[in-house]
Amino acid sequence: MDTILQVSNLGKTYLGAGRTLTVLSGISFSVEAGTTLAVVGPSGSGKTTLLGLCAGLDRSSSGSVELNHILLDALSEDERARVRNLYVGFIFQNFQLLNTLTALENVMVPLELRGEKNIRARALDLLGQVGLSARVHHYPAQLSGGEQQRVSLARAFSTSPKILFADEPTGNLDAETSEMVTGLLFDLNRRAGTTLVIVTHNRELAERTDRIIGLKGGVIISDTPGGAAS
Amino acid sequence: MAWRDSRRNRSRLALFISSIILGIAALVATFSFSYNLQRDVNDQAKTMVGADLVVEASGAVSPQIQPLLDSVGRDRSKERSFASMIYFVRSKSTRLIQVRALEGNYPYYGSLETTPAAAARTFRTGRYALVDKTLMLQYGAKVGDSVRIGTLGFAISGTLNKAPGRNEISLTVAPPVYIPLRYLAESGLLQKGSRVSTQYYYKMDSLTSAEQVLTAIEPRLQKAGLEYETVETRKKRTGRSFDDFSQFLTLIGFIALLLGSIGVASAIHIYIREKIGPIAILRCLGVKAWQAFVIYLIQILGIGLVGSVAGAALGTLIQQLLPLVLKDFLPFQATVSLSWKAVFQGVLLGLTISMLFALLPLVSVRKISPLNTLRLSYEATSMLGDPLKWLLYILLLSSILAFSGWQMHSLTKALVFTGSVLLALGLLAAAARTMMWLTRKFFPFSWNYLLRQGFANLYRPNNQTVVLIITIGLGVAFIGTLYFVQDMLISRLSVTASGNQANMILFDIQSSQVDGLAGLTQKSGLPVLQKVPIVTMRIEEINGKKAGYGQREKGDSVPNRAFESELRVTYRDSLSATEKIISGRLHGPVRSPADTVFISMEEGYARRLHVKTGDRIVFNVQGLLLPTVIGSLRQVSWRQVGTNFRVTFPGGVLESAPQFYVLITRVESSEESARFQQSVIARFPNVSIIDMRLVLSVLDDILSKIGFVIRFMAGFSIVTGLVVLIASVLISKYQRMQESVLLRTLGASRRQILAINALEYFFLGSLAAATGLLLAIGASWALAKYSFDSPLSVSVIPVIILFLSIVLVTMTIGLLNSREVLSQTPLEILRKEV
Repeated sequence: MDTILQVSNLGKTYLGAGRTLTVLSGISFSVEAGTTLAVVGPSGSGKTTLLGLCAGLDRSSSGSVELNHILLDALSEDERARVRNLYVGFIFQNFQLLNTLTALENVMVPLELRGEKNIRARALDLLGQVGLSARVHHYPAQLSGGEQQRVSLARAFSTSPKILFADEPTGNLDAETSEMVTGLLFDLNRRAGTTLVIVTHNRELAERTDRIIGLKGGVIISDTPGGAAS
Repeated sequence: MAWRDSRRNRSRLALFISSIILGIAALVATFSFSYNLQRDVNDQAKTMVGADLVVEASGAVSPQIQPLLDSVGRDRSKERSFASMIYFVRSKSTRLIQVRALEGNYPYYGSLETTPAAAARTFRTGRYALVDKTLMLQYGAKVGDSVRIGTLGFAISGTLNKAPGRNEISLTVAPPVYIPLRYLAESGLLQKGSRVSTQYYYKMDSLTSAEQVLTAIEPRLQKAGLEYETVETRKKRTGRSFDDFSQFLTLIGFIALLLGSIGVASAIHIYIREKIGPIAILRCLGVKAWQAFVIYLIQILGIGLVGSVAGAALGTLIQQLLPLVLKDFLPFQATVSLSWKAVFQGVLLGLTISMLFALLPLVSVRKISPLNTLRLSYEATSMLGDPLKWLLYILLLSSILAFSGWQMHSLTKALVFTGSVLLALGLLAAAARTMMWLTRKFFPFSWNYLLRQGFANLYRPNNQTVVLIITIGLGVAFIGTLYFVQDMLISRLSVTASGNQANMILFDIQSSQVDGLAGLTQKSGLPVLQKVPIVTMRIEEINGKKAGYGQREKGDSVPNRAFESELRVTYRDSLSATEKIISGRLHGPVRSPADTVFISMEEGYARRLHVKTGDRIVFNVQGLLLPTVIGSLRQVSWRQVGTNFRVTFPGGVLESAPQFYVLITRVESSEESARFQQSVIARFPNVSIIDMRLVLSVLDDILSKIGFVIRFMAGFSIVTGLVVLIASVLISKYQRMQESVLLRTLGASRRQILAINALEYFFLGSLAAATGLLLAIGASWALAKYSFDSPLSVSVIPVIILFLSIVLVTMTIGLLNSREVLSQTPLEILRKEV
């Protein structure tokens, strides 16, 4: 199976107020294309930092990240943006929708940035798949949390990414909505054959993936198969 | 709590209030200037008049009143002044001047400021002249040089730097030259038709005040049609004229404050939106709605006070510049000092107006529910739903009305001002909303994504399109209107001085000189475009009613002033190229003394006299009563250089009356003009010449100076608009950053982010500039049509320059704001919980 993500000896330190703060150190793992992975750990363990580095949202202090065989550390910010646009999808805990765009426009944005044509039908189809056909012209402020996260899901899958990064995708949702969004996430992922990397506190959610990496104090403390692997 | 809550937001709060600093600065500057001016007028009025009492006669003084004029005061001086030509012997140049032939020790207070100083005294001792400093410079003349005025030569005894009570602007067309009065008769300048005015200057003895004397003689002076002035009346008159000017500047400053306050309201609106979360948490913790409101009110008040004090400090500094900017318009030395009254008024006014505007969005804090902790939905309260907002709007309107009323001393004017401000703001807001609606309605879906994203930001949630179009648009409208009107006035005159039209007027020509002068003109290769006889007369009766009638019966149709002014009429049996008959007809020459004399009257003059065709008017032609009937009314275009008359007589009536002539020609170059003027003055020293090109350049200079003063003040509005823009851009930075970072996360390149931002600010700047310019063109058109009776032609180049400048500044400010997004990685900013 092809390796979509290769993380080698990754480290991240921040300089602030005359002190050096190490958030991640000596992180190494690889992810096979089409599999699902959960990164779990307590608050402050470096989960979101790891996700950001893997997705090319930030630069590492040491080590390397290879995404779809492209070494991210060697790229400029614009080149990394292009990599994200071509291969990566995102889902965030606080949805991160563009407040000034409607649901439909939010879904269309990544495709528009690629310069693709005739994307409206595709965006409408995706919104239909997440059950929001009736809310396509609403602004985020007019949608519930669950609805916003469903728009975010549709947006993430709009470009048919090779890998999807989800940062606490159900962290802001109630149990019932969480269940629905999780169901949609895995369903869409399965149909698209996308690699899924989830950062979460939610043990139940993590158990639905193929593999679970445990993080504490910026280092990997466990790497075990998830419930989906059995 | 207010202090603690503001900890992380103080710099942003300061930014909100920065919009009003310039408005308050403008007001404090004009208030201080005005108060200092009042004090200066009071201190310097005596030296401005130069005497305790001045009596002025615009024509000949009747023998009945002369003994009175010769008996008033302890010491008296006499000055006769009129326009004439001067000839500089060394440079062989001629120029129109104001001759002031002086006798006596005037001025009694202050002095004629001359170089050398003694020349102010010594020029009175012989055939000497004091020549205005601009003339000395222009013609390279030196003390001791010879000049000729009329037929007499004078030696220049000194340069006149300043005469009492005259400002620079009033002297530019015909600069003054003083000569001793006793040589005037010899100069041959006093001929028939010369428009000579005579001033009598009096110094009273220490026991008698000018007012006491005036009370005794006033009725007789009035009856004789003489004007008079004392130090007290000058104080009032000067104070009044500068009051009007100060009022005008203050109102411009006030508009800058209003614009800034609109910016404050918009910024507070955004601030409160961002504060819904913390406010909702406070509400959950038991804080009452009004307590939450007071927390933010205290913050805004505190920062408003800081802004107002900063504005007052800036205004006090700017005040130092106003006397420099206005020096050419002031007939006295303006002083600058700190006025606490002005500072207090500026701070109070700034605080009141900006707080009333800030309260409009602030009252919504009362409506934030603890439920907002669960969901951050926020709806600004509508005006209809909140009576407090109604109250605020009423208070705001009353404040604007009260301030303008206080400034203009008239409720009607204040209502007009308030209405105009509301209309302008309403038009700009309507234009902005219409543009947003059109953008939405006809959204160009086929455009490239970046264009669409930038364009759509104009109407999307949290847009600041309306507030920026109002603030920047009004500034542009102001500057644009001033420019267009100034340009129109200049071009109107330029037209008169261009092409084949007349551009030189020779006047004060005696009947005996007219043929000789016409011959000289033709011999010099110049055309005689018009040669017009002029007869002076007064109106004696209108439809049987004599002078004084209007006073006795108020509301009667004949105004009394119709009988007071001296009329200059001509006689001819045809129309000139600038006239057309709109009522009645020309009746042709009078053949016999028994025939009715049908005159033709200019329609505007007829309207002012309340007369029509068929009405009877008796004229007093230098003692001889001449009954006439109005045979026709004429429409006259006053825009071309030429002789136009309120009344024209037919041929056969006035030919033998005492008369003088005006001759009009056209010169092609300055050299030709100079040569011709020299030859005219050499043969006809009493004839005066106006070169329209000189008048045009002087007028251009005056309009530029006035325009500069107004632009200086209007600049506060446009700079306020830009400050509001900067504040709006910075305040919305967090929202913009969030959008840009998300776009970066989703794969947008640096170029794409920059393009979206640049396009958004390009559209915003274009809309604001275009709306402002449209408003300016509309206002200029209205002014041109209704005030100047002139067609408006807008030059394209300045419009494009103004438009591009505004767009460029707007885009630059917008793009500078994007720098932070581009220089950081997306995760860094996402982590900041934008």
